[in-house]
Amino acid sequence: MTLNSKIPDGPIEKKWDNHRFNMKLVNPANKLKYHVVVVGTGLAGASAAASLAELGYQVTALCYHESPRRAHSIAAQGGINAPKNYPNDGDSIWRLFYDTVKGGDYRAREANVYRLAQVSNNIIDQCVAQGVPFAREYGGLLDNRSFGGAQVSRTFYARGQTGQQLLLGAYAALSRQIGLGNIKFYDRREMLDLVVIDGQARGIVARNMVTGKMESYLGDAVILATGGYGNVFFLSTNAMMCNATATWRAHKRGAFFGNPCFTQIHPTCIPLSSDHQSKLTLMSESLRNSGRIWVPKAKGDKRHPNDIPEEERDYYLERLYPSFGNLVPRDVASRRAKEMCDKGHGVGATGLAVYLDFSTTIKRLGKKWVEEQYGNLFDMYKQITGEDGYQQPMRIYPAVHYTMGGLWVDYNLMSTIPGLFVLGEANFSDHGANRLGASALMQGLADGYFVIPYTMGDYLASNKFSKVDTNHGAFKDVERDLDSMTKKLMSIKGKKPVDEIHKELGKIMWDKCGMGRNEARLKEALQEIPKLREEFWNNVTITGSADSFNQELEKAHRLADFLELGELMCHDALQREESCGGHFREEHQTEEGEAKRNDEKFAFVAAWEYKGAGNAATLHKEPLTFEYVKPSQRSYK
Amino acid sequence: MSEQTMNLKLKIWRQKDKNSKGQFVTYAMPGVSPDMSFLEMLDLLNLKLVRNGEEAVAFDHDCREGICGTCSMFINGRAHGPLKGITACQLHMRTFTDGETIVIEPWRAKAFPIIKDLVVDRSAFERIMQAGGFVSVRTGGAPDGNAIPISKAVADEAMDAAACIGCGACVAACKNGSAMLFVSAKVSQLALLPQGYAERKTRVEAMVAQMDAEGFGNCSNTYACEAECPKMISVEHIARLNREYVRAKLV
Repeated sequence: MTLNSKIPDGPIEKKWDNHRFNMKLVNPANKLKYHVVVVGTGLAGASAAASLAELGYQVTALCYHESPRRAHSIAAQGGINAPKNYPNDGDSIWRLFYDTVKGGDYRAREANVYRLAQVSNNIIDQCVAQGVPFAREYGGLLDNRSFGGAQVSRTFYARGQTGQQLLLGAYAALSRQIGLGNIKFYDRREMLDLVVIDGQARGIVARNMVTGKMESYLGDAVILATGGYGNVFFLSTNAMMCNATATWRAHKRGAFFGNPCFTQIHPTCIPLSSDHQSKLTLMSESLRNSGRIWVPKAKGDKRHPNDIPEEERDYYLERLYPSFGNLVPRDVASRRAKEMCDKGHGVGATGLAVYLDFSTTIKRLGKKWVEEQYGNLFDMYKQITGEDGYQQPMRIYPAVHYTMGGLWVDYNLMSTIPGLFVLGEANFSDHGANRLGASALMQGLADGYFVIPYTMGDYLASNKFSKVDTNHGAFKDVERDLDSMTKKLMSIKGKKPVDEIHKELGKIMWDKCGMGRNEARLKEALQEIPKLREEFWNNVTITGSADSFNQELEKAHRLADFLELGELMCHDALQREESCGGHFREEHQTEEGEAKRNDEKFAFVAAWEYKGAGNAATLHKEPLTFEYVKPSQRSYK
Repeated sequence: MSEQTMNLKLKIWRQKDKNSKGQFVTYAMPGVSPDMSFLEMLDLLNLKLVRNGEEAVAFDHDCREGICGTCSMFINGRAHGPLKGITACQLHMRTFTDGETIVIEPWRAKAFPIIKDLVVDRSAFERIMQAGGFVSVRTGGAPDGNAIPISKAVADEAMDAAACIGCGACVAACKNGSAMLFVSAKVSQLALLPQGYAERKTRVEAMVAQMDAEGFGNCSNTYACEAECPKMISVEHIARLNREYVRAKLV
């Protein structure tokens, strides 16, 4: 099969407009005859379900939470980008497009990114109309702030809770359509497989998480908006339930997986305190504006940080990057922190942390100023660590935060399975090898509000659908297979709880496919993961029963998929013999230790095709061309 | 960071499903690090239970950052535990002392039936939102975001109300099981903003009617809801809801 990205012809600023005109429409009376199943109701899923229902399509929406308002979109703090140019500082659609392609280290599709920049302005208008309480200036107009990776102020925000407020906006639109009877909504349902009939995605089978029953949902098309797979690392800033099951099982039904190795590691997280830790907490990157990062010059120095004299501290970012200092991009800051710890300079009980020190700023501007700027973050730090960041340096360490990879989609957001569309973080997305801050909310809502309502209509109007119901053999087969898979999991009755094996997988992934990757370690991981997978299938233990509410069983299904996805991530990282964005291959760096891209050989999207259990996945390449933003090497010296 | 661990006793509500009778079960819980979060302490308990072939304690949780509103438990008689302005997932074990007995219960309210152990069904909140917790705008066609200026003070107050995470602590803390703080937070947010003006009347009527239909109790102004709200939503929003309701009925 050949990959067709279906990028429309014409100059980049006209592509989307032309395409919208050329796409087929479904006439208003006929929309009611079509039925779309939406899986996942975070920003992308809720906005898609609501917008499609408003148009008149029949929609079924499902999520594994008890309410769409719990989706992890809610945790995004910083903001959402749009080039409104309200501050009059020279912003434009073109500049947002340029920043995003460059920030992604030239591994994103130009046409998609341009469309994203184009529709982002509409998102702000839409959200304001919904009653999203964005921050405002005294004159009553919307406020903007600056954010990493941009020289203009284009980030709209609602205190530190922008994701929450945007999600509540989409949730309100979704709730309205549910109340009107245009959307049938099912909570506490987890999709466990995709149903393909006559080569078309025609529905899903989900587990009712309260009764344990496998339930079939039929549609003429299926949308997956099921988020990212950062939890393959066990520890990440993702919510506990975030998982790859929906996308992975769709992959096994024929959807190619794009750039699985592209993961983003965020530099300013609160470090691990013990083996019992369940997740990592992010602190806003803005802390790096006023804090200085350092480690002791002496290896294994166990003195209290306040007892280490100035001349015995290594402010390594300021030393290595005199012009950017502590403000180097996320990937650089993260990698250098890891390097310092690997060399034995790490601090704290685990030795896996570096100091973020505010004493210079406190001396210069006073504690009160720091409190006003960052008070809530210092409170949060104290709540978690019990330490006072004003009295002694904070300890920080990088953590897995976002996955740029995901199911491969064409310009219409359709996967390689006809009728299966993938939105938001779940697709391989517009962020290339590195996502800029305040861009995830933008992409999720762009996909849901402003792209899928058009491309879905085109798909439905252009295809014929055989008349089937959920008694069709394909649904029954999948239900039966899932029941027997569940029965098998329950019957293993081994010695290890799910979380214990998940932690072991996380450690392999973090050590060998994390911030720094090399051939030898990736090959080790490729030996270890299949062994761990085998242990899982022989030695996991799940208590409770399959026909009731059972969180251990839920986790087991998710881990079964992480154990396969992790392996593909390592294969992808191994084949990509270059460093770009969040993917750093230690063999490919400059003399100063910076990422070295190889545009000649690796300017492509890696799209992996599943070839059955035990067989190696096949790599397909979608070449990337850069007509408008010419690739250059990044430098922060 | 502390080296010492604590020995605790946990009294946890166990209930097989909605229709079964529940009971407290006591667990000895040694080796608790003060640096653990409360939910990590429960993770540790569950690991031990599963290793012993006993069923894990079911509890709702997700983001573990205090924003998703999923976690929902009564800890020593307090919604989300003893500290002010945080959710259960933000509570750390250093708040407790060695040797202490901790009582853990689900939200108790008529409108929130128990699904299992500490997990309750809060879908009543969903139906209230579906009745009117929105501005009826469809995607597309919205005017420019700056077309209607909104004073900073009003926008800030709307944001205070919008900070509600829908966890249900207000209902659980209220002796009447009233949902007034939850409902008022949404009514207030949208009554304050010009975008919500057009539907002020129908919104408050529909949401209050649904609230009553779900079996939530009446508000008797004890303010337990405000005291236990992890986002410290003010009861002033209840006052605004009442004004909106009277206005809707009179005008």
